[in-house]
Amino acid sequence: MSTGVQADPAKSAGSASSLTRRRPLGDRGFQVLALVAGLLVLAILIGIAVSTAQQGADWFSTAGFKGIFSTVWDVGNNQFGMMAFVYGTVISSVIAIIIAVPVSLGVALLLTEVVPRRWGQPIIVIIDLLAVVPSVVWGLWGILVLEPWIEPIYASIASGVNGIPVLDNLFGESNGGVSGASFFTCGLILAIMITPIITSLAREVIATVPAIDKEGAYALGATRWEMIRGAVWPHSQAGVVGAILVGLGRAMGETIAAALVIGSSVQVTSHLFVPGYSIPAVIANQFGESSGEFRSALIGLGLVLFVITIIVNLVARGVVERSARRSRGA
Amino acid sequence: MAVVSDQPTIDLREPGGWRRSKNQIATVLMYVAFVIILIPLGLVIFEVIAKGAKAISWQFLTNSTIPPNVMPLGQGGMGAAVVGTLEITAFAAVIAVPLGILGAVYINEYGGGGKSWLSGLISFMSNVMVGVPSIVMGLFIFTVWVIPHGLTGLSGFAGSLALACLMLPLVIRSTYEMLRLVPDHLREASYALGATKSRVTLTVVLPSAISGIVSGSLLAIARAAGETAPLLFTIGLVESTNSNLFSGPTTALPSQIFSNALSPYVGAEERAWGAALTLIVIAFILLFVARIFTARFTRYAR
Repeated sequence: MSTGVQADPAKSAGSASSLTRRRPLGDRGFQVLALVAGLLVLAILIGIAVSTAQQGADWFSTAGFKGIFSTVWDVGNNQFGMMAFVYGTVISSVIAIIIAVPVSLGVALLLTEVVPRRWGQPIIVIIDLLAVVPSVVWGLWGILVLEPWIEPIYASIASGVNGIPVLDNLFGESNGGVSGASFFTCGLILAIMITPIITSLAREVIATVPAIDKEGAYALGATRWEMIRGAVWPHSQAGVVGAILVGLGRAMGETIAAALVIGSSVQVTSHLFVPGYSIPAVIANQFGESSGEFRSALIGLGLVLFVITIIVNLVARGVVERSARRSRGA
Repeated sequence: MAVVSDQPTIDLREPGGWRRSKNQIATVLMYVAFVIILIPLGLVIFEVIAKGAKAISWQFLTNSTIPPNVMPLGQGGMGAAVVGTLEITAFAAVIAVPLGILGAVYINEYGGGGKSWLSGLISFMSNVMVGVPSIVMGLFIFTVWVIPHGLTGLSGFAGSLALACLMLPLVIRSTYEMLRLVPDHLREASYALGATKSRVTLTVVLPSAISGIVSGSLLAIARAAGETAPLLFTIGLVESTNSNLFSGPTTALPSQIFSNALSPYVGAEERAWGAALTLIVIAFILLFVARIFTARFTRYAR
C-alpha cells in the first residue's frame, strides 16, 4: 500500500515542487481509499481461494487426489468423489457453447455489419432483456414448461437413432428411458443464458475491425459475406475466442437454473437425454443438509469450480487483451 | 492486404450467382439467429405473465406470511420475500457501488488506466472476477462470515455481503469504461486552476461520467437482485418478514422461487410464478432506468 501512496506524490512533486510542497491530507486520503477499494478485488479473490481451501482440507486429507478423480458419490458411506460432477459441468457447458456460439455470432454480425444503427437499438434492448431475466426464472420455466414439453421429443429422437452406432450412444435411451430433466435440457437453458454475454462481447470485438479493411474488401468486389470472412474474421478471431471462453466460464458456474433442470442424478454416461449433475447444482441442492466431511467435500467442490472458472477466465481475458493490444499496434 | 492473402479460400472469380446466393444465405442465417433468441425470451415472458398475473394482488405483494407449500393461492403472500429482496439488494448496492467506483477511480485516475503494474493487475483481475460463479461468492461469505458467527451468522447482511462481492467487479468494469471516455482536457483545465487530484476526480471527472456510472451500477444491481445462489447459504429461509437486516435469517424472492419450484403442490407453483413475475418486473424496471441514463450519457458524450 505504502509504495503506491508514495510513488504518486513523488511524481507530481517533481513537476510542481515549488508550488505545492506537500499534498493536502484529504487528497492523499482519497488516493489511499481508492487504492484500498482496488486492492479489495485481489483480497476477495485470494480470500475465496484460502477460505474454501481451509474448509475443503478436511475432505481432502481423507480422500486425497483419488477423491477428485473418483466418480463414487455415496453420502451414507462418506465417499465423496468429484469426477461425476466435473463431467456433468463440462458436458452441459459444452452443449450450451455448441448451441449458443453460432446464434451469438450470427446476432453479433447482424448488429455490426447488416442492420443500420437505428434498427440495432431494439436488438440490443432484446439482448439486454435476455441478460437480466434471473437465472431462477429460467430454471422455473425450464422445470415447469420446457421439461414436460421436450421429453416426448427426446423420446422420439431416441427411438429414431436406436441402433445407429454413435448417435445411439449420445441420443439413445439409457436404463429404459429418456428424461426431460437431463444434461441436454440443462445445456439448452445454459445456452439461452450465455447468449447475451457472448453476443455483446463478440459485438465489441467485431466493432473494432478497421473500416479501411472492410472497405478494401468491398472495393475488391467482395460480397458482404466474403468481406466478413476475409476482413472481419481474421481481425476478430482471437477476441471471439475470448468471448466464447467467457461464455463457457459463465455456463460452468451457472447454479440455480442447472440445479432445477439437470435432473440431480450422479452418473457419468455418454447419453445426453438422461439426468445428470453439475458442481454448482450439487452444492446448491445438498449444502443445506450437509455437515462434517460431507460439507467439507461440497466446499472442496466449490474450490474446484472456482479454480476451473478462474483458469477459463484468465485464458479468455489474456486472449482478448493480447488481441486488443495487437490490433491497437497495427 | 495481408489479411486477404491469409484467406485463399475466398475466390472472387467464383460464378457471381453462387457468390450472391452464399451472401444471401449468410444474411438469412443471421436473421434466423436473431429469431432464435427471440423465441425463448418471448416464451419465458409470456409464461411468467400468463401464470404470474393470476397470483399477483396487493395481498400477494404485501402479506408478510408466506404460507406452507400445500396451501392454495390466495392465502398469505410474498411480502416477506419482497421486503427481503429490496433490503438485501439495496444494502449490497450501498456497499459495492461506492467501492466499485473508487476501485475504478484508482485504475483510471491513479494507475493511468492500467499502465502501472498494480492498476493493470487490479484491472485484469476485476475482469476475471466478473467470471467467478455466484455460488462461489455464497460459499466464500458462508466460510468467512456465517461459520465464525455460528447460528446468528445467517442474516440479510450476510446475503448483502455475498451480493456485494458479485456486484463489485461489475461496477468497477462499467465505471472504468465510463471514466476512460472523460476527455483529458477537462482534467487538465481543472489542474490548471490549481485543483488537487481528489478534487478534480470528485468534482469534474465523476460528475461528467455520472450518467454512465449510474447506468452501469443499475445493471449490476439488476443482475444481483435476481441472483439466488449467493443467498442460499447466507440468509437462511423464513416464512415471515424480518425487516432487520443485521439479525436473524430472512428470505428473498429468488430463494422463494427456488424452494417453491421443487414443490409438488399447485399453490406453491402458482406462488413461484407470481414471485417470478415480481422479480422480472423489478429487474426490467432497473434495466429501463439504466437505459434512460445511458441515453442521456451518449447524448452528452456527443
